[in-house]
Parts: sequence; C-alpha cells; structure tokens
Amino acid sequence: MTERPDYKAFPDQRGHFGQFGGRFVSETLMAALDELETMYRRLKDDPQFQADFDYDLAHYVGRPSPLYLAERWSRELGGARVWLKREDLNHTGAHKVNNTIGQALLAKHMGKKRVIAETGAGQHGVASATVAARLGLECHVFMGEEDIRRQRLNVYRMKLLGANVVPVTSGSRTLKDAMNEAMRDWVTNVDDTFYIIGTVAGPHPYPMLVRDFQAVIGREAREQCLKQAGKLPDALVACVGGGSNAIGLFHPFLNDDGVAMYGVEAAGDGIDTGRHAAPLSAGRPGVLHGNRTYLMEDDNGQIIETHSVSAGLDYPGVGPEHAWLKDLGRVQYVAANDQEALAAFRELTMVEGIMPALESAHAVAHARKLAPTMDKDQNIIVNLSGRGDKDILTVAEIDGIEF
Amino acid sequence: MSRIQDCFARLGEQQRKALIPYITAGDPTLEVTVPAMHAMVEAGADVIELGVPFSDPMADGPVIQKACERALRAGTSLTRVLEMVGQFRRDNDTTPVVLMGYLNPVEIMGYARFADACVAAGVDGVLLVDLPPEECEDVAPLFRERGIDLIFLIAPTTTDARIRSIAAAASGYLYYVSVKGVTGSASLDVNEVAARVETIRNLAQLPIGVGFGIKDAQSAQAVSRVSDGVVVGSVLVSQAAEHEQHPEKIAPAMAAILADMRAAMDKP
Repeated sequence: MTERPDYKAFPDQRGHFGQFGGRFVSETLMAALDELETMYRRLKDDPQFQADFDYDLAHYVGRPSPLYLAERWSRELGGARVWLKREDLNHTGAHKVNNTIGQALLAKHMGKKRVIAETGAGQHGVASATVAARLGLECHVFMGEEDIRRQRLNVYRMKLLGANVVPVTSGSRTLKDAMNEAMRDWVTNVDDTFYIIGTVAGPHPYPMLVRDFQAVIGREAREQCLKQAGKLPDALVACVGGGSNAIGLFHPFLNDDGVAMYGVEAAGDGIDTGRHAAPLSAGRPGVLHGNRTYLMEDDNGQIIETHSVSAGLDYPGVGPEHAWLKDLGRVQYVAANDQEALAAFRELTMVEGIMPALESAHAVAHARKLAPTMDKDQNIIVNLSGRGDKDILTVAEIDGIEF
Repeated sequence: MSRIQDCFARLGEQQRKALIPYITAGDPTLEVTVPAMHAMVEAGADVIELGVPFSDPMADGPVIQKACERALRAGTSLTRVLEMVGQFRRDNDTTPVVLMGYLNPVEIMGYARFADACVAAGVDGVLLVDLPPEECEDVAPLFRERGIDLIFLIAPTTTDARIRSIAAAASGYLYYVSVKGVTGSASLDVNEVAARVETIRNLAQLPIGVGFGIKDAQSAQAVSRVSDGVVVGSVLVSQAAEHEQHPEKIAPAMAAILADMRAAMDKP
C-alpha cells in the first residue's frame, strides 16, 4: 500500500500538482510571473507581511467569520448537524475579499499603481474595486456582457467604488472571456499593472497564492469546529467554479484523513443535457488560461460554452489543485443543477433567514442530500461563500417579478 | 537540412531577408487557404505561418480573434489544417510551413499523433504560443526526433538568461515579439527592435524573425534591415474580414500587400 501524499506539499517548485497546473502563457508574461513568484515566496514567510494581512482581515474584512450551527435546518434534514461557514458576512459579501486583500498587499510591495481583474458574478470585481479604492489604485474590471446584464447591482457597486468596468463582447461573453481580456490587458500593460486573479486558476503562482490567501477559511473553520463541536467535522461541502472558496476551506483539512470533502459543480440544465459548467464531472484535461486542468471542450480541443444560473460558476475550467485532488480521490466532485440550487436558495432563506449567493446555494443543495444520509452526531461544514443580495434580481426574474 | 534551415541559408547567400506571412487557416472558408498560401509564395513569401484557430486566443488582438471565430464557424479544426498543408505540399515542396496556435487542440489530439501528422502533411515547424520551453521538456523530443522545428517567442520582457534557455530549446528560427501587447496592437519602435535583436544575436545562433506591429512596406523594410525576417499577420488577416463576402478577392489582396513589402525589403 502506498502512503498517501502530503497534500500540503504541493504545488512543486514549478507550480505543478501532479500533471496539472504549470505556467502555460505567452513569453511576454513569463518575466512578470517570475517576478510575482519571487516576491510572493519572499513575503509569505515575512512576519510583517503576514501581520499586515491578518490585521486587514480582522479590521477591514471582519474576520474571523462565524461558524454557525443551522439548528432548525439540520433538524428538518434529519441527519448530520450542518454548520455554515459564514463568508457571506465578510465585508463586500463573499470570500473573494480574502484574496484581494492579499494580492493588493503584493501589488503595493511591487510598486504597481494599476490593478486589473476579471469577474463573473461581480463579487471578485467588487472585492478588487474595494481594495483598489482603499489603496488609491487605478482599477479596471473585465466583465462579460452577459454577466453585466445578470449582475447589474454589482456593476453599479464597482462604478461607485471608482472602478472602470470594461464590457467583454467576445466569445460567450462570460467569465472565461473576461479572463482572456484581462490577460490581453496584462500583456499590454505588464510594466505597471498587477493582475488580481480571482480564483485558484491561471498560471503558477496564482493557484498557489490565491489558495494560501483563502486558506484562512479552513484554518478558522478547523479551529472553530474543534471548539464548538468538540471534534473535527465529518464532511466539508463547498461549491466549485474556479474553486477558490472550496480550496480555501479544504486545504487546511487535506491531511485529516477522516474528513470527507465534496466539491459541488454547477450542473446547469443537467449534466446529461450538455448545458452545464461541470468540467470535473464531465470534462477532460486540457490547457486553458495558463494551466493544465479539467476543461469543458469539444473533440477538437475548442473550449465550449457553459451554462449555469449562477454567473460565478459559469466557467469551463477549474483550479488545477482540484483536478489533482479529483484524480487522487481525496475530494469527491459532485454537481447540483439550477433547479436544485434555486430550491436550496429558497429553503435556507426561509428556514434560517440566511440568503445564500446562488453559487453557494449549490453547496447548500448538496448538503441537503448529504445530511440525511449521515448520523445525528456527525457534523458537516458548508462553505456559505457569499450572500444572495446580488442575486435577488435573477431570482425575481425567474419568479416573473419586475421592479 | 530542414526546409526552414535551407530557406534561411539560401536567403543568407542572397543577402535577402525572410518575408513570413501569418494567416489564420480556414478564415473565412476552408477553401480559401491553400490558394492564398500559393499566392503569397508567388508574391515573395519565404516561410508561411499558418494559424490554427482556437476558441480562446489570449495573445491575440481583435483582428485575429475574429479570424479564429470565422474559421471555427467554417468548420476548421487542427485535422483540417493539417490536411490543408498536405494539399499545399502537392504543388510546393520547398516553402517551409509553420503551424502557429495555442496548445489545447494539440493537447487533445495527443503530442505523438500530432507530430506524426505534421511529418505526414509536410509541416516544418510548430509554434505554440502558450507552451514555454519550461513546460515542453517532455514533448520536445517527439518533435526533434521527427525533424520538426520548435519555434519559440522572445518578448521585450525576456531576460538574457531566458533568451539563452529559449535558444537552447528552439530550432529553425526565433520569433521576436516587438511590442508588449497582443497581435495587431501598437506600432513598433525600430531602434528599440534593433537593439533587442542585437542582444538576442549575442546570446543565440538562430535566425531572428520579428513580428507584431508590422503594418506596411515601410515598416517591413525598416525591420528587415535589422533582423533576419519579418512576420506579418494582422494586416493580412484583415483582408479576410474585408472580403468575407467575396472570398475570391482574399488571396490577391494578401498577395498585393506582400508584393509591396517584398519590393521594399529587396531594395538595396
């Protein structure tokens, strides 16, 4: 029997998680990525940098976020006790800000005056615009035209924060195209620009550094669970688009063998319809946006369009660490479709008075299925990665209500 | 000797510089590409870079992005592009053809299968924009063993140390990207290019082609004076857009642009 790997020892020096990850970009960006990696490796062990990061997380973001026992909902589900990691209570309303705080600190250390970001649901765009406003940095957010329509409130928030929202009209006009456009901007303005990638994808070192910044979620949850439940959780559940909230929760638990983990992808209209955003469930390995990972692609290696009610999960790729954890079998990747996510959105709102983001509602939907199969003395932590305020218009539209 | 080496050796003897057009294969139809390749050779092209369309061309500006969209709509795939090269080779056994594109279509076809198909079709070199030398150690031998040149980009941001390692991994020629940006963007600064090419020459033995920002006969001439070859892309590809409804006009329009450049470059 082979010993299990030390999950926390990855990526390797060149940014690989097994066959996944790496740095697949055009030559113009290689120097910038080398520079970023060197700076990050230096700062991540620098006590002053860590202290600055922790200070901002405590006083600006409002961390630690609570681990909340959803008692009424757990009772209704009739199985394991379900705890919610309340990333929705963070400043700006989602986990995204943990990462933008970290990357903005890096940008400051590197003397960059201009930041760019891609966004799908707008949460990462808002989180980027927020830290840019605070540090006085020029901020441009690339957003697909389709997402701009779906997420009007966040677009306006970004504008109020002083960011320039750049509509992306190429391809499927969603998150992947926004990322293409951000890469193009970065190649053009590489000298003075810091690219704040919003998820654990992209070329090395992004999947590593975004994970490290988001791992605060899992570190807190682990400590809180030991204290509040008296033991480690039996299962973790998080939604996976690019996968930053999921890896943030999972990573500190990876070497805890007894903790099961479920990453929930967006099944859109259903995996069997082909209209979904679930590369780990129904895709295959390829190279996009600077890393090798599971992708939604056709037989000719062209990336295909994804479908999900949630703009933040509407992405054809996934972070390379997730691809690796899938192949190793450490994390189970499952999917929830639009209907299941919407039902979960309504249920959690009605039963607990907590309105999840449609992205997070996918995790809630899986917890609904999982909890009844477990014993009452078992514990599940669901990452409530964001709040649902931004999705009210989408849900209202589905209900046929106009404001 | 490979067709690419042969080509640069011959040009060297004649004290001429390589004219290297890039077009996106299958743009806007599958039928236009092979006749366009022949017309470009006729007009003075020395090497042809044939673009393999990709759904997410991250290093390209709007002109080539739209070309990719048109080509994919027309049904172009990597397999089809290889067939085009095979068809071109029936009438031309000397002009080198380099396939240029993104990694994923190759990744899905499989590296060994792709390299075999390149040999069978008569492809001489491969330039994969998002495959830096660091990531291709495992697959590079598959191409080398088959005599396919791996061509790499060097950017304004590339350090001297990287130029050395890129040159060690590359064969055929080096492609110097003259501006920071995507294809078809800013205009280049000839003096800056001259200085950079000089630096690369001191660190690498291969011929150096320069691309990005070459728009007309004048810029082609200026760049040819300081390098071994001139790569021209967006200005040709924009002809496919302009004549999308009259595809028969595309090859002559591309040829006319290249003929002007050729004449300017060959002026003593």
